[in-house]
Amino acid sequence: MQLNREALLKAYRDMVTIRRFEERVQDEFSKGNIPGFVHLYAGQEASAVGVCSHLGPDDHIASTHRGHGHSIAKGCDVVGMMLELFGRKGGLCGGKGGSMHIADLDHGMLGANGIVGGGPPLVIGAALTAKTLRNSNVAVSFTGDGGSNQGTTFEAMNMAVVLKLPAIFVFENNGYGEYTGAEYAVGSRDIAGRAAGFGMPAVRVDGDDFFAVHDAMREATERARAGGGPSAIEVSTCRFYGHHSGDAQLYRVKDEVRKLREEHDCLKNFRRRVTDARLLEAGDLDAVDAEVAALIDQAVAAALAAPPPEPETLMTDVYVSY
Amino acid sequence: MAQKTIRQALHEALAQEMRRDPRVVVIGEDVAGGAGTGGGRDAAGGVLGVTKGLITEFGEDRVIDTPITESAIMGMAAGSAVSGLRPVAELMFSDFLGVCFDQIYNQAAKFRYMFGGKARTPLVIRTMIGAGRSAAAQHSQSPYGIFTSVPGLKVVIPSNAYDAKGLLIQAIRDDDPVIFCEHKLMYDLKTEVPDEAYTVPFGEANIVRDGDDVTIVAFARMVHYAAAAAETLAREGIDCELIDPRTTSPLDADTILDSVARTGRLVVVDEATPRCSMAADIAALVAEHAFGVLKAPIRRVTAPHTPVPFAPGLEKLYIPDSDRIAAVVREAQGYAR
Amino acid sequence: MSITPITMPKWGLTMTEGKVVQWLKPQGGAFAKGEELLEIETSKITNVLEAEEDGTLTRIVAPEDTTLPIGALLAVVAPETTPAAEVDAFIAGFVVPEPSEETMAEAEAGPRTVDIGGRSLRYLERGAGVPVVMLHGFGADLNTWMFTQPALADRHRTIALELPGHGGSTKDVGAGTLDALADAVEAALATLDIDRAHLIGHSMGGAVAAAVAARRPDRAATLTLIAPAGLGPEINATFIDGFVRATRRKDAEAVLRLLVRDPALVSRTMVEDMLRNKRIDGATAALETIAHAWFPGGHQAVDITASVAGLAMAVQLIWGADDRIVPETHALAARVPVHVVEHAGHLPHMEKAGAVNDLIRRFIAA
Repeated sequence: MQLNREALLKAYRDMVTIRRFEERVQDEFSKGNIPGFVHLYAGQEASAVGVCSHLGPDDHIASTHRGHGHSIAKGCDVVGMMLELFGRKGGLCGGKGGSMHIADLDHGMLGANGIVGGGPPLVIGAALTAKTLRNSNVAVSFTGDGGSNQGTTFEAMNMAVVLKLPAIFVFENNGYGEYTGAEYAVGSRDIAGRAAGFGMPAVRVDGDDFFAVHDAMREATERARAGGGPSAIEVSTCRFYGHHSGDAQLYRVKDEVRKLREEHDCLKNFRRRVTDARLLEAGDLDAVDAEVAALIDQAVAAALAAPPPEPETLMTDVYVSY
Repeated sequence: MAQKTIRQALHEALAQEMRRDPRVVVIGEDVAGGAGTGGGRDAAGGVLGVTKGLITEFGEDRVIDTPITESAIMGMAAGSAVSGLRPVAELMFSDFLGVCFDQIYNQAAKFRYMFGGKARTPLVIRTMIGAGRSAAAQHSQSPYGIFTSVPGLKVVIPSNAYDAKGLLIQAIRDDDPVIFCEHKLMYDLKTEVPDEAYTVPFGEANIVRDGDDVTIVAFARMVHYAAAAAETLAREGIDCELIDPRTTSPLDADTILDSVARTGRLVVVDEATPRCSMAADIAALVAEHAFGVLKAPIRRVTAPHTPVPFAPGLEKLYIPDSDRIAAVVREAQGYAR
Repeated sequence: MSITPITMPKWGLTMTEGKVVQWLKPQGGAFAKGEELLEIETSKITNVLEAEEDGTLTRIVAPEDTTLPIGALLAVVAPETTPAAEVDAFIAGFVVPEPSEETMAEAEAGPRTVDIGGRSLRYLERGAGVPVVMLHGFGADLNTWMFTQPALADRHRTIALELPGHGGSTKDVGAGTLDALADAVEAALATLDIDRAHLIGHSMGGAVAAAVAARRPDRAATLTLIAPAGLGPEINATFIDGFVRATRRKDAEAVLRLLVRDPALVSRTMVEDMLRNKRIDGATAALETIAHAWFPGGHQAVDITASVAGLAMAVQLIWGADDRIVPETHALAARVPVHVVEHAGHLPHMEKAGAVNDLIRRFIAA
């Protein structure tokens, strides 16, 4: 562990923010305050934060339908995100994207994506920009185990190897693609191995362990920034909620989620590791918890108070000029 | 100023814009060609030679040969556009939209709207359209109507070398995704093309020929067939006004409606299939906005609602020609209630 | 007197055929020299053909609404006593002359460019003899001389020169001022080995021609100024602004119509040519620079009255009576002979080409 106190606190704050954000979204969705559908990231926080802790605002990421965690980890404004999910004026995308298209190009966030496997080809584009402009930025694609099966993902990995792009393919294997197990749908059951088959270094890491993700990502990022080409990281992780809010999860065995929360909670893990090692005190972490709880309250209050988007925005921002 | 082919005009546009702006890159299969072969680079320069020689001047970092993976090409182009490059990606045959449409249709076209106006996607997709080379059902289509139906995309269909150069430069400088359609049988067509860089604006039709009897709207190769038909008809005393919209998105509706207001008759000529097409779209436009001035039913001359056939004889039947256009115009002119 | 043909004229570089729009004299009608005989439409412009001599329109051969190649027989002029059979025989025996090799070579040659210290100016040269140099107005190009240049090229080496920022010339206009443009013209004339020439300038080009003549009086044989800029403060700012701004056909057409008395003169090709010039990279910025230097705040900043008054060579002014760009009243300031052309706007050399060509030919010859 080479992280200083400040970095550790930031990592914890980001992970807690994601967790509380998702829990609150689940509540607000149940109350009927959030239209459409939302896909929650709770349980996978160590992945988003472990990866994004190596990225600056000029590095790019592309996300999935389960994108809130990646957005927060990449620095998107939490209040703006909440407004967006509520479909309100002032939302991060003006209420025109919603949960599935949360994006903020000012923070190098190329968007959550409604299309499984939609992101990797875009990410190699951002990586191409970095390579062409020689600015040593990197681009990261977050994909699930489901997206790992898509042809677009394969094409993007091959292209990244062929063009030696500074791209990093992060596969968050949470065990499920919608309502079907990765055990069934990922033929080789080895996403990292498959990525390696494209000709890039690939590792599998424990997604319960922020530090494992962080270490793997450090190596991949250093390689990419130095012109060494793409890498892949398979993160074994778990999903505390269903595919989407309101998913009855009939495909899961009894007590599965309870067990996951007890045994595979990356937040609890982190807290234990840093306090055991005397890197942070419990009080430091509690203070962060309180801070985050207030922020989420503030975000929801703002979202509830915000007006809907102006009707005329229906017609704006289709084109830059037409 | 010299006579140049469409191929030369497009090459010149690419080279001049790449010189002007280091962010402009060319991406596609065989845009240089020869990578990983004994023959060396620039073996192809595009399947029809448009990008030949660019790699010599601009190097392989800006003339980027890719594997035959259209989703990765289109996605990489879209992702690079939204992050700071101005890519010109080649979708070799427009028929191949089938393997990569998500990256165009769900991604590039929607970034700006979905992201609340923050995205700029200065992406150009050059793609070949058109039948006439016995390339059969998967290499001969003209699917600009499909692209035109997508909000967020702009669609360009030049019919001559002057327009081709000016429209391509405009497309490269434009901040929105542009589908740039090139008819595969027209690359050798010549016209006067300035040596300097210039732009032709989107959304302004070209009036190829003035006339007061019948308005003909035609695209790409059909512009030339319609012009030939108009010549024939002029000798018979029927004066056709021939409009080449040049871009279908944005579409210059005013020029079409102004013309129909004078002629009262409309014939749309389109090499694409007729259902949910540009021909249908323009017919609807005129029916909706100019019904009162129509002296005859709107007529469409299009390919039939079939895939493009292979055998030369069948393909000839498939593609509208000057005789068919002239016959339909005569019917429109002679229509009596 | 014998039977003479009236044939399809060649107006401008690219004309290959023309359309008879309307006969303005009836068959059998008498006409005087300079009277309008018929309207002819080309891809560039619609104009009237004027009678070169007095005569009678004995037989109209080309009906209205027909398109014919250059040199085709349009009508026959014959003495009243000529028997009909002779007229018939003349018509039957008429052959459209093949274009001479010289004309063909010229047509192929087209405009050329001259280098002036790293910048290039485009010009069209026709004919041989004492040089005549023609300078167009703001926003125009060498096509403005399409009726003038052929009328002078039979006796002169004519050069229609495009000013910086215009047509096919460099878009580097420097400061865009009178001096900057005059410098460019002087440099071009030096490179083209033109020691002495008759200068003709239209509008802004008129002021440039006057400046060139004032700098080197020995080099200007005569000076013809057609509706020149620089003789008064007024200028049609709507035209200047509109010209600079227009990117679309409709706007361009509205602007060009201000130039002429009869708006029907503005053809779609004229509009297209204007837009094509303006679409070239740097063209609009160049026009903006020039407009700012010459017409700031909607008034003329350039004043050539003093230099014109001081010129020793023969100077004539030609002005359209219905000029809506530069008012004809400015002519008074110059204190030189003025020819006011009736039924013409700011382009008398195009609108009443015959009359203006006559004025120029006689003036140069004298």
